[in-house]
Parts: sequence; C-alpha cells; structure tokens
Amino acid sequence: MREVAIVGVSMIKFGRYADRDFSQLAAQAGLEALKDAGMNMKSVEALYSGNLYATSGSGQRILQQMGQTGIPVVNVANACATGSTAFREAYFAIASGAYDVAMAVGSEQMGKQGLLGSRGDPATSLEGRVGSYMMPAVFGMAGMEHARAHGTQMEHFAMASVKNHFHSTGNPLAQYQKESPLDEVMNARMIAYPNTLLMCCPTGDGAAAAILCSMDKARQFTTQPIKIAASVLTSDPWSVRDETLADINTLTRNAAKIAYEQAGIGPEDLDQVELHDCFATAELLHYENLGLCDEGMAGKHIASGATWIGNKIPTKYEEDIAPFVDKTYKPKTKTVVNASGGLLSKGHPLGATGVANIAEIVFHLRGQAGARQVEGSKIGMAHVIGLCSACTLNIIQK
Amino acid sequence: MAEATAAAPEVRPLVPHLTLGETRDKDYLNGSVCKNCGTRYVGPRLFCGKCSSDGPFEKVQLASTGELYVFTIIHQATPYVQAPYIAAIIDLDGGGSVNTNIVGIEPKPENLKFGMKVKMFTEKVSEDREGNSYVAYRFTPA
Repeated sequence: MREVAIVGVSMIKFGRYADRDFSQLAAQAGLEALKDAGMNMKSVEALYSGNLYATSGSGQRILQQMGQTGIPVVNVANACATGSTAFREAYFAIASGAYDVAMAVGSEQMGKQGLLGSRGDPATSLEGRVGSYMMPAVFGMAGMEHARAHGTQMEHFAMASVKNHFHSTGNPLAQYQKESPLDEVMNARMIAYPNTLLMCCPTGDGAAAAILCSMDKARQFTTQPIKIAASVLTSDPWSVRDETLADINTLTRNAAKIAYEQAGIGPEDLDQVELHDCFATAELLHYENLGLCDEGMAGKHIASGATWIGNKIPTKYEEDIAPFVDKTYKPKTKTVVNASGGLLSKGHPLGATGVANIAEIVFHLRGQAGARQVEGSKIGMAHVIGLCSACTLNIIQK
Repeated sequence: MAEATAAAPEVRPLVPHLTLGETRDKDYLNGSVCKNCGTRYVGPRLFCGKCSSDGPFEKVQLASTGELYVFTIIHQATPYVQAPYIAAIIDLDGGGSVNTNIVGIEPKPENLKFGMKVKMFTEKVSEDREGNSYVAYRFTPA
C-alpha cells in the first residue's frame, strides 16, 4: 500500500440552500477543492460521492455540474458515515495503486426536514416502543447509559454544547455561530432527556470535498501535502442489547485501536479531534471511546478545560463550570475537541459531514483556521458514527 | 360469481414478538434461543448474528417482569403522539431486552431509578378499517 496525501479540501458554509440542489452544492465544493489543489477535473481519475437522500447516481449528477470527463464514479451511502466512507474508498483506490488522484465529495440537502420528521413511520408508532428508535431517543439513552455507569450529570453533557457553540464563533462556515452559556443550554426546550434543543445538532444543507493523491505525486500540486496516517472503518460487533440500543461505543473503541496502531501514535499525540457530536451526550462518550480520558472521566475531562481551544475554560464561563471542576483531576491528553463548533454548531448535512470533518483538520494543520486555529496543530483525527452502525476514523498529519 | 365474504374481525398483536392468549393477562413476549450458541433473542429469528449460524432456534416464552436498564423522556414527538412520555429499555428477568414505554408514573427523571422493577401489561391500542383490533405491550412500575 502506498502513502496517500490530501492536496486539496473545501467545505461550503452549511445552512439552508432552498434555491439550489445537492449537485450544485457538491460541485461548488468540488471546484473549490480543485482550486485549492491547483488542478482541474482533467487530473481527477475517479470520483467517490457520498450522499444519503439523493436518488441513485449522485456522483454522476455532480459531474454534470463539475465536469463530465467520463471517469469512474462510485456512489456511497453509509448512514451518517457516508462522506467519510467515500473518503476512505478514495484513499484505498490510491493506496492500492489503481489511481494517482481521486476526489471524495460529500453532499446533502435535508431542507428543514429534521431528524424527528425524516423517518417517521406510523406503522410502528403504537407498538410499545414509541419513539425509541428516533435519533434523539437513541442518544438520550446512550447518555443515560453513561450516567448509570458513572453518575454523569446533565450539566456535564450540556458543557459540550457550551464549548462547541463557543468554538463556533470562530468558524464562518458553521451553520450557527452563537454562544450559549450553561444555564441557557440547560433551560432550553427539552427534546429527549437529557438532551435539550441546544444539545441537538441542526439539520441543513451542505457539501465538502477533498482531493487525494499518491504521496509521491503530491508535491506536484502542493508544498504542504497532508498525510493520511490511518483510515479505518468498523461496524458494530454483536452485543447483548443490540436489538434495543445501537451501540455507538464498541465500534468506536475498535476503530480507535486499529487507527492508533496504523498511525503509530496514541491519543496523547493528537492535537485535535473532530468527533461526532450529533448530540451533546455523544461527545462525552467518545472522549472515553477514543482514549482522550480514562473510563468514566469524561465529565471531569470537559470541566477541566482540556478539550477547549487553548486547553482552558474561557474566563466568562469559569464561574458556571466551577461546581463541576475536580481540582485533583489531571487530564491525560490535551487534545482539543471540535474546534469547528462540532456538528452541534456547524450542522450535520449527513453525506457532507464526514468530508467536512477532514477538511476542518486540514485547515488547522495548514494554519488556515483563523480565529478558531488550534495553535501548532500537527496531527488530528476525524471521527464519524452512523447508525446502525458504522464508525470511521481518519488520522491525518503534516 | 360468489360474493366475497368479509372475514370475521380478529384480535392481532401489533408486533411479532407479542403472543396473544385467550385473555389479556395470558399475553406474553416470545423469543428465540439459538441452539448453537445459546443466545436469546426477542421475537422470531431465522439466523444468529452472534455465532453466524442458522440455529436452529427454539421458541421460548420471555418473562413479563424485568428491570429498567436506561430511559429517556421524549418531549418532542411525531405529531400524532402525545408527549412527554418515557421511552425505556427493559432487561427482562431471565434474559432478553425490549424497547418500551413505562406508563403509570409522571414522565420525570426523578421518578425513574436505574434497576427499578417493572412489569408488562397489554391493551388494545387501535383498530383498522376491517374491524381488526391490535394489542400492544407497555410496562409499569412493579
């Protein structure tokens, strides 16, 4: 297998694009990524298109906008991990030697159809498990599983929203860039306990793209090739409550073990992670799943400030968070989490998310992340979970 | 041509893992045990995801009692469902877990304790245009 580099990325601002369709959003992202890489469509040998809601042929429709060069197109659907799975397919196509240059593009147009409304099925509404399979319920219960095991409080989960909304104020590409203090998060309208409205990611439209290239050719296009040190995909192994609750933990832990081995690093080496905070509860679970803190310590870890940009709680939030700080707790990592504002702020157009996470890390590694820049970032990880269930992890480094 | 005769209305379980008895107190949850590896599933099953075999499967009656594993309280529901309500996972005594609703208590976090004992009951919840009625299960504190 050959080394593979990322030589171009882009992400369009996530939000509502009622006047455009997904292929136009994707083409914009794709053309911007080509420009970023200093190349045009003639250099791209294959396209991997991640899109969940479009009918078949999403990638071909994107090429109709972006340039119909006749290259092979693979359309990928893998729940919320759709975009990152497309990225991984592009990675393998180059690592294997089949192609030198490939594009991964993720796109989605969800409109105002929320997670609650998207897959309603009246036939199951009365069966005694009403609402149990909707995403807010799944992630509410996943958080309660952590509360049951470790005594985690609602405030601990809510801090993920405080942090990520704070980070989003430095990200002009985020769908929302609005801060929310702890009491505002706690007192927002309850959706599925313990997640309030401000602890749920917004839905919307968006696209992101990445140009991948064999490392030996990468310097033709850029002086700053970014290396893909690990690209991992797992599914959920059998577990005793499989039929009742999607297990978002085990497959992330399995993926992390493989990814750290592939990259030859440990969690303490990560400067930053973009992880799948579709709901605030999920962020804390993944601190432990990815080894950023020890078992059961996620609540203390976020309150310590370790995962915030600058590795400290901003002065204006110190008083709110003080009651949850354990001064004896020593964070084992200083990995900044969701500098972009996370899905909680950035939005979660399903197919776009996995490519956008990778683009975000690339911006930081290049020092192009502006006000949200993680200073001196050299190595980062992008994590995505799709139910049920897929987990992708990509470790990328300078 | 003979006229089609309308079938007599039936009482039907809303989900395949609920078996109806002569009366509602005889209803029970059914399960399947993989004879190859012993894994217990809720409802009918043809293949085993744990041991990757076709069983065979033995049909079993699951317990109507169990413990609360985890819960959430849904405040934002689909339009035809009244909220708030409790969505929960129950670990049945003797094995098997089900998604269900806990009713008979106010849907507030302080009313729910991890591990609390619960028991199942069934009731008619709907009727279709042919007059068939449908029975569903829920749980209450034991």
